[in-house]
Amino acid sequence: MLEEYADIVVVGAGHAGCEAALACARLGLETVIFTMSTESIAMMPCNPHIGGSSKGHLVREIDALGGEMARCIDRTFLQSRMLNQSKGPAVHSLRAQADKAAYSSLMRRTLEMQDHLQIRQQEVTEIITDENNQLTGVKTISGTIWHCRAAILCTGTYLNARCIYGDVSIGSGPNGTPSANHLTDSLKAHGIEMYRFKTGTPARMDGKTIDYSKMTRQDGDIPVVPFSFETDPDSVQIEQMPVYLTHTNEETHRILRENLDRSPLFSGEISGTGPRYCPSIEDKVVRFADKTAHHVFVEPQGRETNEMYIDGMSSSMPEDVQVAMYRTVPGLEHARIVKMAYAIEYDCINALQLNEVFEFKKIPGLFSGGQFNGSSGYEEAAAQGLYAGLNAAMKLLGREPLFIDRSEGYIGVLVDDLITKENHEPYRMMTSRAEYRLLLRQDNAELRLLEKGYRTGLVSEERYQKFLKKKTQIQEEISRLNTLRVGAGSAVRECLGKLGSTPLSTSATMAELIRRPELSYQALSVIDPERPKLPFDVQEEVNIEIKYEGYITRQERQVEQFRKMEEKKIPADIDYDLVPSLRNEARQKLKEVRPSSIGQASRVMGVNPADIAVLTIFLKGKRR
Amino acid sequence: MGYASEDTIAAVATAMSASGIGIIRISGPDAVRAADRIYRSPKRKTKLCDVPSHTIHFGTIEDLSGQVIDEVLVSVMRAPRSYTAEDTVEINCHGGVLAMRRVLDAVLSCGFVRIAEPGEFTKRAFLNGRIDLSRAEAVMDLIEAKNEYALKNSVSQVRGSLFQKITDLRSQILYQIAHIEASLDDPEHLDFASHIGELDRSVLRWQQEIRRLIDTFEDGRLAQEGIRTVIVGKPNAGKSSLLNLMLGQERAIVTDIAGTTRDVLTETINLQGITLLITDTAGIRQTEDQVEQIGVERAKQSASDADLLLWIVDSSTPLDEDDRHISTLLRGRPAVILLNKSDLKTVVDESDIRKLLIEAEDIPVLSFSATQKTGFDELVGLLKDMFFRGKLSWNDEVVITNMRHCALLSRSEESLLRVKESIQCGMSEDFYSIDLMDAYEALGEIIGEEIGDDLADEIFSRFCMGK
Repeated sequence: MLEEYADIVVVGAGHAGCEAALACARLGLETVIFTMSTESIAMMPCNPHIGGSSKGHLVREIDALGGEMARCIDRTFLQSRMLNQSKGPAVHSLRAQADKAAYSSLMRRTLEMQDHLQIRQQEVTEIITDENNQLTGVKTISGTIWHCRAAILCTGTYLNARCIYGDVSIGSGPNGTPSANHLTDSLKAHGIEMYRFKTGTPARMDGKTIDYSKMTRQDGDIPVVPFSFETDPDSVQIEQMPVYLTHTNEETHRILRENLDRSPLFSGEISGTGPRYCPSIEDKVVRFADKTAHHVFVEPQGRETNEMYIDGMSSSMPEDVQVAMYRTVPGLEHARIVKMAYAIEYDCINALQLNEVFEFKKIPGLFSGGQFNGSSGYEEAAAQGLYAGLNAAMKLLGREPLFIDRSEGYIGVLVDDLITKENHEPYRMMTSRAEYRLLLRQDNAELRLLEKGYRTGLVSEERYQKFLKKKTQIQEEISRLNTLRVGAGSAVRECLGKLGSTPLSTSATMAELIRRPELSYQALSVIDPERPKLPFDVQEEVNIEIKYEGYITRQERQVEQFRKMEEKKIPADIDYDLVPSLRNEARQKLKEVRPSSIGQASRVMGVNPADIAVLTIFLKGKRR
Repeated sequence: MGYASEDTIAAVATAMSASGIGIIRISGPDAVRAADRIYRSPKRKTKLCDVPSHTIHFGTIEDLSGQVIDEVLVSVMRAPRSYTAEDTVEINCHGGVLAMRRVLDAVLSCGFVRIAEPGEFTKRAFLNGRIDLSRAEAVMDLIEAKNEYALKNSVSQVRGSLFQKITDLRSQILYQIAHIEASLDDPEHLDFASHIGELDRSVLRWQQEIRRLIDTFEDGRLAQEGIRTVIVGKPNAGKSSLLNLMLGQERAIVTDIAGTTRDVLTETINLQGITLLITDTAGIRQTEDQVEQIGVERAKQSASDADLLLWIVDSSTPLDEDDRHISTLLRGRPAVILLNKSDLKTVVDESDIRKLLIEAEDIPVLSFSATQKTGFDELVGLLKDMFFRGKLSWNDEVVITNMRHCALLSRSEESLLRVKESIQCGMSEDFYSIDLMDAYEALGEIIGEEIGDDLADEIFSRFCMGK
């Protein structure tokens, strides 16, 4: 029997695994990443885009911490748009259509080129622990033992995976890849509680059989804004590919309704829990019964393929129903299906078993990230992989862990939600999950998190210095505008008149003018001759910080309140059986989650404010 | 498991009053055992530990030497269906204050029951999840309440009327927040733009409701702290004599020299259940004396802040310019006019006064004599009438009596006004939720659904946390 050695083993090379492995290797730890197939490294088995509402924020945060996803998509996108521009800056969100194959192979090449990182195509079947339940290694299907100091499980949707449509049920991972059928048993044997979730994907169609003239063409933004703060904006001004918008109609819905009994969901063939927030078309027809049409986006999957992704119509209906329903959609009347839509079921964990650095409470040294933790989405996976990878590395290097709280990043919200609230369906990031949205904007991700990334060592000194310069530029420009007075002279009157703004009666500061709803930093450049020449992202930051100052200040006050509760720490060794008067439900949940602070405790489901009062008083008494 | 299940507490649960009927409450794991030690049923057969929960038993209480202290009714309520959610025994005594004290002593003498701290039953009820925070606070207000009016209010809050009101507002606000949030994440199925008009109207309605609650705080504060009552009148009309009569003692300097009271005196008096914060003022007249002028200005200032004005008129001297000036102070506020010195030869009657009160003809006028003490009972009756049935319509309304509640309501109102402003400025909907959330959370802090900064500390400092 062969024995091998590594500092860190990463199981799975999807979006979580790639970020985890890169982070560890870049910090100098000998890392091995296992994959079922090297052809499926960083594969996008579902939608062909990265970013979108709140997910775009995650990608920017990954970049600010030194992760790879943003850089990779900036080099492989087909089209890019900033969504929600009619709304406030908190919900502006970048979304790029990806060239799936190009993304996957660029990420694979990045892994291959990385020092201290080796790739192995092999199934990991067991985790190995010592008598203290400390992780010591993993075993592969060939029986080889890999001794390691930490392992990160990023198995995505591969564990005991089954793909289902109609009465077809195939034991395979996503997109026809092999499933991993052994690791679940080993995890269960180590006392880990497993869930079974499901998700789904729509059909892919032959592009030459689609009639685009019946659809609305959507083009990308000009100019394109890159995801990564490090990408040169000039490098992303490329020729883009269009996306097409069409709709379902009552005929589509009729076909689905009449065949509902043939859905494996309704027949009980699928037992896993699916996401409410990414519903299949049959789900939508049932849940939004009064809607006569649903959006359908027909999206390219790459420059080298004409396979088109039918976004908005995921399904697990039998083949004949799928063919019939897709053909009711304008433009798809004669379209040929290349790949059937299907649902996929897989094993994942109850993430309440993880602590706040994504390490199993029961098994020190074992970390996990991505869809395995009960989430959905590439961006959620990548963010978790990076977080788990960095924290595993921090542990091995004997350094301070990386924490991000709910007021610092969407990643913080994601982590806290997963380890605090029991999720019974795949967890999807959403804008509404972030309480302090106006502070957690995609434009200021660097300002929020780069410092943390730098402290882990993943952000280079060069980048850090560049960032400090940018930060200074922003601060200086804001204070200049706060003190710069504008008179009521004719040039100003003319400028304001042109912009439909009331003339000044007395002088005002430039900042006061920027705050007017109809004005902005950029619009007032003509009456600000002293204005320094600043990069676009600095200008944008200055504009937002000044324009929404009142709201930002109020949100910061909310954060102060939140922090006070977070700072009330609960000792790690607290015995909840000694806390008098807790209701049983609360006691059980607190024992399970073991929150680190009163703030986190208050977010645990089943714990009410009276329980929190009781706990606070108990802790006070202890301290005395 | 109960919060304080380690020990059993007892106290007199009703006010010690002359009526002699009162309740001793025992709560905790040993409540029934303690009661059994001192309770004797008529045939000495019934043991309270054997009786079903929520039953009442007649009998006597004996001290440890076997001497009968009082005839009583004893009710037994077992956990968790009691006020504290612990085993509870209530002993209804009839034999007067002294007997109640002796019954309590007998309970405590068994050795495993200790005397309850102020509010401790309520603390246990709250900690055991039996009552919400606003109810717990109302009980504390009740314990501290100084008169019937405040008592009545606290009792209604104990029943949860404030809780109901706030919960209702909160659920409406949350619905709108949810609508905004959902439309941000699912713009395909939910379009918020068409909904802004409805939100605008809702926000206005909530803001008005909250404003109404805040306005009742004025009334509520009256009940807690007393009705700000100001005595006004010309020099030597008898203002200080009236105050002294009310106080039942000589407090202000009373002489026959006009202009003796040059400052503002304030006293708290309780007139048959209404607390008055009563202020005697310098006589109001045109004067060259600088010190007196300051007093006159202060008097006018006090009058303009008053909840009630008592205008005392010297009916033995003709009305003049100063009286006309004083009459203007009465406009638009509750007032009573007293025609003093009715024992002397009167030259002013009610009709003369009415001529001055063109815009305030509903102000009552009473004939009065401070020296003969006539008309005083009528005055008290009139004041009771005004405040219990008249100007303050607090009977069925939720009244805010707690400073913390009022401050949180104001915070909530401010946030709602900001939402309105954001809508008017054409900001997009994601901005509304910041302030809507603030409003929602401020309301939540009132009922303890949101744990604000050190809220628990703040509340429980009132509960005498002890050890």
